[in-house]
Amino acid sequence: MGVIKKAMTGADAAAEAMRQINPDVVAAYPITPQTPIMHRFAQFVAEGKVKTEFVTVESEHSAMSACVGAATAGGRVMTATSANGLALMFEIVYIAASNRLPIVMNVVNRALSGPINIHCDHSDSMACRDSGWIQLYSENAEEVYENNLIAIKLAERVNMPVMVCQDGFITSHSVESMRVLDDASVRRFIGQYKPKHYLLDVEHPITSGPFDFYDYYFEHKRQQIEAMTKVIPAFYEIVDELGKLMGKHYETVEEYYLADAEFVVVSLNSTAGTVKHTVDELRKQGKRVGALKIRLFRPFPREDIAKYLRGKKAVAVLDRAATFGHVAPLYHEIRSALYEFPDKPRVVSYIYGLGGRDVNLGHITKVFNELESGTAQEENYLGVRDEDEP
Amino acid sequence: MNLKQLASKEERFVSGHRLCPGCAAPIIVRLTLKAIKQAVVVATATGCLEVSSTIFPYTSWRVPWIHNAFENAAATISGVEACYRALKRQGKIRKEIKFVAFGGDGGTYDIGLQSLSGALERGHDFLYVCYDNEAYMNTGIQRSSATPMGAWTNTSQVGSAQLGKKEHMKDLTSIVAAHNIPYVAQATPANYLDLMRKVEKGVSIKGPAFINVLSPCPRGWRFPHNKTIKIAQLAVDTCFWPLYEVENGVYKINFDPGKNKKPIREWILSQGRYKHLWKNRGFIREIQEFVDRRWERLKQLSSMG
Repeated sequence: MGVIKKAMTGADAAAEAMRQINPDVVAAYPITPQTPIMHRFAQFVAEGKVKTEFVTVESEHSAMSACVGAATAGGRVMTATSANGLALMFEIVYIAASNRLPIVMNVVNRALSGPINIHCDHSDSMACRDSGWIQLYSENAEEVYENNLIAIKLAERVNMPVMVCQDGFITSHSVESMRVLDDASVRRFIGQYKPKHYLLDVEHPITSGPFDFYDYYFEHKRQQIEAMTKVIPAFYEIVDELGKLMGKHYETVEEYYLADAEFVVVSLNSTAGTVKHTVDELRKQGKRVGALKIRLFRPFPREDIAKYLRGKKAVAVLDRAATFGHVAPLYHEIRSALYEFPDKPRVVSYIYGLGGRDVNLGHITKVFNELESGTAQEENYLGVRDEDEP
Repeated sequence: MNLKQLASKEERFVSGHRLCPGCAAPIIVRLTLKAIKQAVVVATATGCLEVSSTIFPYTSWRVPWIHNAFENAAATISGVEACYRALKRQGKIRKEIKFVAFGGDGGTYDIGLQSLSGALERGHDFLYVCYDNEAYMNTGIQRSSATPMGAWTNTSQVGSAQLGKKEHMKDLTSIVAAHNIPYVAQATPANYLDLMRKVEKGVSIKGPAFINVLSPCPRGWRFPHNKTIKIAQLAVDTCFWPLYEVENGVYKINFDPGKNKKPIREWILSQGRYKHLWKNRGFIREIQEFVDRRWERLKQLSSMG
């Protein structure tokens, strides 16, 4: 009982969390690299291990549409997708958030087309950063599992949908040693879901998704904007509770050797593991280096980020996504979070790993070296061919 | 049941909505909901019906109602129905609830066809009612795949090079029947007892049911708003819109005008959207042949039993 050690892929970790959460409805459509989540979950359905209605829809657009229907009906609802699938459901992704529905979606990060590519980058979930969904990123399989548990509780606490992101193939298909909670602990942790207003409460009919003109739309959007301020306090209450069960400490971000670090690399998802390993190696050489991993990206925990990055000499922000016509998204937001502070560090951008391009210790070491030597440009690429390179 | 008895039945869709005078959609909705005895949850696709009946903070719906988007009423109601099954199995809900989706022809024949097809194939227990006004009326009368040949719309204009829509309408009722679902029917608001009987049958059968209801539109079809029901009846009498049903694969014509079958010319002359064809005998003949061909085919199917 309590905490159990297992060997799982990130996809299995998501499916295991879904089994324990035991949602009322799961609606999903196949796409690589999300599919192993649904394969595993379909097995749980076939074996009667969940009470879920598993709706195998004909597209991701219908997956999110059915999720909106089921969540409005009053159920606990989950789904999963990647890249083009997320892009296809984009319209309904916004509607889910605007209707304040606590849907949890595993996003197995994959590069958006085109050109078509099935491997990891963050262009898919970054395209949804203004959609009104909470976004959690996961370094490894254990965090995928934890983030799913956090997500379901957080979604229901603040009435907002949550994306749990993990790196396609790198995390989703790699077996790691990880820890899970026993079923009873999870059941107690997430509790029963009791929506206030729901469609199947036929004695109290509601009109959901009405036509909203200029006379009320703005007020509704303001409520949605301001509801986001409740997320971080709710997140801390929930992770404190989970921390007691898992024997861990969680924050919106994870600092690594930042107390005395002068040079810092900021990253999301699995790359944070590579960065931390590089920090270990460089620390052995006496370098004052550290890392910051962003776990909660939406809402953006700017106070926590500023707390850790103020006073550092230089910070490199790694983005596995690009913004065409402006700087990369995470870099943009980190700089903005530091703007008002006189002791803000120099902050530079590295775009890396697009379409699944590998990033290794050598790359991260190069970033730290360039930070230390002051040779980093404001905007840099990592691991891409120059024009004259074959 | 007579009209008086019908009028005394509980209204589940009430006045105060902003649909046009003479619009058939609210008639179809009221008849549909009056025909269902059980508790009902309704989903509606984006369109005239949705935008005119739920202008925040008002609603005409006295039943639980959801609008999600344009192309996904079927997927949305399938999620609601799946949740009902899950909660019923867990004993969290005991009551019997029926599920109905309304969509216009744009949301059903065109942009929502995939969503509808998926929900039918998955076998959800729901009734889909298409109120078919034969064009995108909500966005200002543009042609859809339900628009009949020759009809003027804002995107099938009339000029020296073109006489309204060039193509015949899609036979959605047959496409739905090809899904081999338990119940498919065509109806009109003029034949209200027939429509209500079909709704009752649709919700009593386990699994998906679909009713395609012709919904005359005074604005888009260019006729006076007190002629809606007459025009719906004319569609039946000319066999432009035959009343029939397909129950477990068996076709049945519900009304055969026989020798009293009216010429399609009467249908064409009743609506301004065909004005440019009123004196075009060749075109009228072509449409008559199309209608006759479909009617004969339907008679063949129904004679197979």
